[in-house]
Amino acid sequence: MNKTATFKGYLIPALLLAPQLAITLVFFYWPASQAVWQSFLVQDAFGTSTEFVWFENYKELFSKPDYYKALWNTLVFSTLVTSFSLSIALLLAVMADRQIRGYQVYTTLLIWPYAVAPAIAGVLWMFMFNPSLGIMAKGLRSVGYDWNPLLNGNQAMALVVMAAVWKQISYNFLFFLAGLQAIPKSVIEAATIDGARPMRRFWTIIFPLLSPTTFFLLVVNVVYVFFDTFGIIDTITGGGPSKATETLVYKVYSDGKGGADLGGSAAQSVILLFIVICLTAIQFRYIERKVTY
Amino acid sequence: MAEVSITNVRKVYPGNVEAVKGVSIDIPDGGFCVLVGPSGCGKSTLLRMVAGLETITSGECRIGGRVVNEIEPSDRDIAMVFQNYALYPHMSVYDNMAYGLRNRGTPKDEIERRVQEASKILGIESFLERRPRQLSGGQRQRVAMGRAIVRKPQVFLFDEPLSNLDAKLRVQMRVEIKKLQRALGVTSIYVTHDQVEAMTLSDKLVVMSAGRVEQMGLPNEVYRKPASRFVATFIGSPPMNIARGVVRGKGAVSIGDVVLPVADMAADLVPGAAIEVGLRPEDLIVTPNGSLTMAVDFIEELGATQLFHGMLGGAALVIQAASGLVPADSKTLNLSIDPAKVHLFDLETGMRRGL
Repeated sequence: MNKTATFKGYLIPALLLAPQLAITLVFFYWPASQAVWQSFLVQDAFGTSTEFVWFENYKELFSKPDYYKALWNTLVFSTLVTSFSLSIALLLAVMADRQIRGYQVYTTLLIWPYAVAPAIAGVLWMFMFNPSLGIMAKGLRSVGYDWNPLLNGNQAMALVVMAAVWKQISYNFLFFLAGLQAIPKSVIEAATIDGARPMRRFWTIIFPLLSPTTFFLLVVNVVYVFFDTFGIIDTITGGGPSKATETLVYKVYSDGKGGADLGGSAAQSVILLFIVICLTAIQFRYIERKVTY
Repeated sequence: MAEVSITNVRKVYPGNVEAVKGVSIDIPDGGFCVLVGPSGCGKSTLLRMVAGLETITSGECRIGGRVVNEIEPSDRDIAMVFQNYALYPHMSVYDNMAYGLRNRGTPKDEIERRVQEASKILGIESFLERRPRQLSGGQRQRVAMGRAIVRKPQVFLFDEPLSNLDAKLRVQMRVEIKKLQRALGVTSIYVTHDQVEAMTLSDKLVVMSAGRVEQMGLPNEVYRKPASRFVATFIGSPPMNIARGVVRGKGAVSIGDVVLPVADMAADLVPGAAIEVGLRPEDLIVTPNGSLTMAVDFIEELGATQLFHGMLGGAALVIQAASGLVPADSKTLNLSIDPAKVHLFDLETGMRRGL
């Protein structure tokens, strides 16, 4: 099939592209180039003198252990959030797809969390699990669990993971449900007649047929964890305790705003940008090839 | 190999929608039964109940003497070919065929042997490694058939398997399915809305309408002696002419002022009673000394045959004649008909009023 539209001349295609290009230019390329430029500069704390230092900011970054700590945190955080939010959403979608009674109500309710802003979701979870006020914290303590995410780094991490997962499940759920409903019913029926029991049917037919959706969600989720979870971390833990929940994106913010190290912060955001571009490129280049059928 | 017997099977969907209203069909071992009817007549639902994809509301379905109402589709020893083929898009042709055998724990060399055997029969050996999307419609259809035959099931179920093919391929695959079924001798149930497929494939033709069996029997029997006006007009192309008529006495009816002799006529029909008269387009024969005169409106050229559209005794009529027999510019035709080929149907019930 010929997918290229034919235009006479360049004016109309250029006009059609212009709004998108203008937005990308103003909100991405310009700030991104500013960040790159900034990352080569060192400013004193009062902004009175600026010095061009080439890669000095980057070198300094990689010589400090707390940058590696943030990298590790990001890795742990993104792995946990992505795998939990994908698998729980898939489970819910499979159950909704069975067309149980009240399926539409159930679907609508599951979608709601997506409409909640990250910072509000963060505040919600922060209060629920706050060691002195939270109802969940009270419950945990009453069963004898020593719950204090304000002091315990692992518990803090668990808390932000839960909030981030909760927030993302609805999005993943929507796509998984759409993906499941796009699988022809007769294929499932053919597999049933071919003697595949439900579990085997899921792993040999449904899951492989869902892989384009899963792949798409994987990319979207990784980007989500890298960037959009800032609000959740900021409201729940503020990166603490003792930087146990400081991810790369959070460190960009805290070093730049709190630490007034604009050059270092810019260098970090350039690295972050680079990481995400690489991840996405790898995913599209290598994984996508395997998932199309 | 097994016989299939369906006894008083009903299907009621939630909301009290009765899709199948008590159907009984017996299919002998190795028989080829075709269920035909317009869409919504319940034929697919019936097939899906035999497959186990729909529950049976009441009645009994037996395969090889065993009641299968409560048995899982996978344990019924059936194979099904779907309208959209339902191939597994992420698997190669080989894996598509092997899937059912693997699920049943068939040894690897046995799977290999059976897939090779089936693909040889169907002529698909050369693309066993391809994915379904790389195949044409006809090839996909063959793979779907292959997936059914490797399992060596007791019953084949076909759900409008040729509907997605173009006209030419459909005729070709129809012949192949018939040959294959003969060669393998597997009892088959075949659902279609295409009356030509139904006539050509079946050795037991079941015409369904609104959840009921209208008529069943040998295809020729159904064609020659339709049990109702519905069957008469559904089976046969071009369809049977139906005209309003009046009983004129024993063995005679009239359409307008044209009187026709009738051989097959119920004894209780009284002169003067209104009735419907059915005449197959090819049963009306053009002869110079025919007693019926038809005014020709226009002619449709079909190649081997011609269709003459016109009026007989005030009723619209189509007749079919071999090309070249009748001059194409004829304004009137003289026709005659064998009295045994005039069908009478009740005006209200549409049932046949024969002997």
